Amino acid sequence: MTGGFQSGRAPLLTAYAVLVYAFLYLPIVVLVLYSFNGSGVGGFPPHGWTLDWYRTLGSDSALWDAVLNSAIVAIAAVAISLGLGLPAALALDRAEFPGKAAFRRLVLLPLILPGIITGLSLLTLFVGAQIHLSLLTVTLGHGTALISVATTEIFAGLQKLDRRQEEASLDLGANHWKTFWRVTLPNLRVSMIAAGLLIFTLSLDEIAVSFFLIGRDNTLPLEIWSRLRRGITPEINAISTLILLFSIATILIWYRLRTRSAPVEEVEEPAAALLPSALEGEAS
Amino acid sequence: MYSRAYRTSVTIPPLLWVTVFLLVPYALLFCYSFWSVTPSREIVHNWSLRNYTELFRNSMYPTVLFRSMRIAGAVTALALVLGYPLAYYLSFHATKRKDLLYQLVIIPLWASYLVRGYAWKTILGSDGVLNGFLQYLYITHQPVEFFLYSPFAVVLTLTHIYTPFTFLPIYASLEHVPRNLIEASHDLGSSPWQSFWRVIAPLSLPGVLAGATFAFVLTLGDFLAPLLVGGPGGIMISNIVVTLFGAAYDWPKGGAISLCMLVIVVGILYLTERIERKFSFQ
Repeated sequence: MTGGFQSGRAPLLTAYAVLVYAFLYLPIVVLVLYSFNGSGVGGFPPHGWTLDWYRTLGSDSALWDAVLNSAIVAIAAVAISLGLGLPAALALDRAEFPGKAAFRRLVLLPLILPGIITGLSLLTLFVGAQIHLSLLTVTLGHGTALISVATTEIFAGLQKLDRRQEEASLDLGANHWKTFWRVTLPNLRVSMIAAGLLIFTLSLDEIAVSFFLIGRDNTLPLEIWSRLRRGITPEINAISTLILLFSIATILIWYRLRTRSAPVEEVEEPAAALLPSALEGEAS
Repeated sequence: MYSRAYRTSVTIPPLLWVTVFLLVPYALLFCYSFWSVTPSREIVHNWSLRNYTELFRNSMYPTVLFRSMRIAGAVTALALVLGYPLAYYLSFHATKRKDLLYQLVIIPLWASYLVRGYAWKTILGSDGVLNGFLQYLYITHQPVEFFLYSPFAVVLTLTHIYTPFTFLPIYASLEHVPRNLIEASHDLGSSPWQSFWRVIAPLSLPGVLAGATFAFVLTLGDFLAPLLVGGPGGIMISNIVVTLFGAAYDWPKGGAISLCMLVIVVGILYLTERIERKFSFQ
């Protein structure tokens, strides 16, 4: 194909890429290794391999309460963000209305905005409306912030949709609602599931927005956070390892779902949707 | 092709929701920044610019803001230095294992922020893994204290977190570089370096801009890494905001700083958009 270093072997570049991967994975490997370390979180080499930390974890009821809280918040956040991300994506794709460009920017802003601003602004709203901080406020925060992810994911799905199927359905006498339920929605199923998985994982790991909106009951990341301030034990490595395993599994399923219908080069990542051009381009 | 009722019913619910839960809260934060708080911790709605003028009068705020920007700049530069060659390698050299290698980058991208921050804390601590390793090899005899609780630790941790974020748009833009353009530049006699600087680099600029924006903006607003690994010397602007909204109970001043951050962020987004449009070759 092409000559020179744009193709073929490049030993230096390969070595550099290996180093970058090492940098990305070194902390993760260390974290997992020390979750089996009998003699604490630090020191080298790790010794006294044990499963004790995982056993401690099993009987730690405060931690499992937090896991349950996080799961409830994440499921509700998925429902909110999909329930609003679907119409938002349809609106961006199909409707023209004054202020559409501003609407798109507003919906997508939490993707790039530091969590502290989303969290604090919602905090002022809830305090102003005299709503007590609880898991409900955390859920509303996650749901609102993650509409951005749902919208970009479903919007990408809509771009792949074959419009002629919808036209055929309308031509054959089905009305818009029937067409939506029988043609549009089934075609978006994979995008919706993929978006739901990603949102579930992101909500489960979310900490910056939750930090400001949490009431008495902790989510898992905030429970871990409050323990970190009291001192660290390999028990935190153990729960972190389990969180990582869960995240990796859902991310890989999400990725498979996303690439099933398109080769990898053509997949527009949610992150890539933040390219200013992509924000602009969606209008046309 | 879509009826008016259809268009209205997909537009109104999300429009209402983001108005109530995004627009109104931003407006409220904006209002707070002009209010004040009494010594008895009551918020008074007397409008003034005092919170803003005080931000410039007390040298602590600009100092910490500039430190945050320096840290954000360092993280952005490092994330680009690590992310660009990696994206380049995947796009042009990894043929068979491309899919696997790509997945290996998106795993750390979406995997827990807290878990990765915590991992660095256990590595860099004075009785942490790195110090243990250095003493094991007899490179040092005392624990090195400055690894953890320093701006260095914040930069390292955030670079680790945001490198995959910068990788992604760069990779996407490299994948969109038409391969026949590179061939044409080779055929016309340019060296690989010339092809890179004259063809590939300009075409991947939008990705670099998007990645850099990501890393800079998200680092600038981070308050968790400084709390986790930063120590007093690694305090960033968001940490001051957290204190003002928490123990110090000065929401108006916290609001003013948040508003400044929001303006900086939106300003950066606007600038990158302008630059990108100017250098757009399509």
